[in-house]
Amino acid sequence: MSAGPETAPSVPAVDGGRRSRREHERRRARRGRRTSVVGVLGELLITAGLVVLLYIVWQLWISEYLVGNEVKQQAGQLSQEWNEQAQETPTPSATPSPSTSATPEPSEDPEPVDTVIPVGTAPAVDKNFAILMVPRWGSDYARTIAEGVGTADVLDKGKLGHYPSTQMPGAVGNFAIAAHRMGHGGSLHHINELQLGDHIFVETADGWYQYSFRNLEYVHPTGVGVLDAVPQSPETPATERYITLTSCNPQYTSRERIIAYGVFDRFYPRDPSAPDKGAPAEIAATVNGAG
Amino acid sequence: MYGALWRVLPGPWWVRVLILLVLLVAVLAALIFWVFPWVEQFVAVQEVTVEQ
Repeated sequence: MSAGPETAPSVPAVDGGRRSRREHERRRARRGRRTSVVGVLGELLITAGLVVLLYIVWQLWISEYLVGNEVKQQAGQLSQEWNEQAQETPTPSATPSPSTSATPEPSEDPEPVDTVIPVGTAPAVDKNFAILMVPRWGSDYARTIAEGVGTADVLDKGKLGHYPSTQMPGAVGNFAIAAHRMGHGGSLHHINELQLGDHIFVETADGWYQYSFRNLEYVHPTGVGVLDAVPQSPETPATERYITLTSCNPQYTSRERIIAYGVFDRFYPRDPSAPDKGAPAEIAATVNGAG
Repeated sequence: MYGALWRVLPGPWWVRVLILLVLLVAVLAALIFWVFPWVEQFVAVQEVTVEQ
């Protein structure tokens, strides 16, 4: 009796196996010729699933690569423009720029030299005014920094955005910038891989500001203390120059923010007559490669 | 659906495969360069800034 359910369906098959198979094939041929609603639906669903998978692949790798490349090229063009500008205006080449002429910077001196560090004026919103270069993230890493942290016009374009409430590069206080960690160029994808002392370079029309990475911090999305002139210390008057990078954490989510801090080391003025235009040796290849 | 497409295509099998490959590349390119960037603004919004 226990074998009943198994044997029952197989009885017709054994009985007229050949006939049923022929019939089955005929039915299959008929079905193949005409498309069934269920078949089309199934194929559509499988296609939709593949498209969703492709979207994820696109967002994680393809888009990040394409947008990142675009911003890198943009940075190269910007650097090139600054070089041409410096070449055209005789000030830096003929008479070393007034800001640095007071005490010519010894090129080999590792100590921060007491030169006047040029500080640009805040640019118009959405304008590209600087380039971020971090050798730790690859010798070809260069991304433009635009004014403001608007998503559509700055961050989603793969650029880094400068918090307008914070100082400009080289100014006493805090130069704070934000960027995506995943997708949209992923300009801060490897923010968590920075190590103590890693150099963070910010290039502007004036030259290169060198910062050294100091530490990471994790804060809530409302942790605006990281933007203070002295980060997390609103009462303290600023005497040093900081750089602050903000992005999302954990990766792929927006629950927290990951913060990277750096302190200012020194400034390298742009000099069209100097080798590598005066760029620090560490990123000279990046500057020339990108430009 | 895809079976019907295969039957509609002209030529021997390798011509059909060629046409399908070209179609596939066209569809992928359209997805990657137009459809996905457009879709992206609606999904996976990530906040990277700190604000009050």
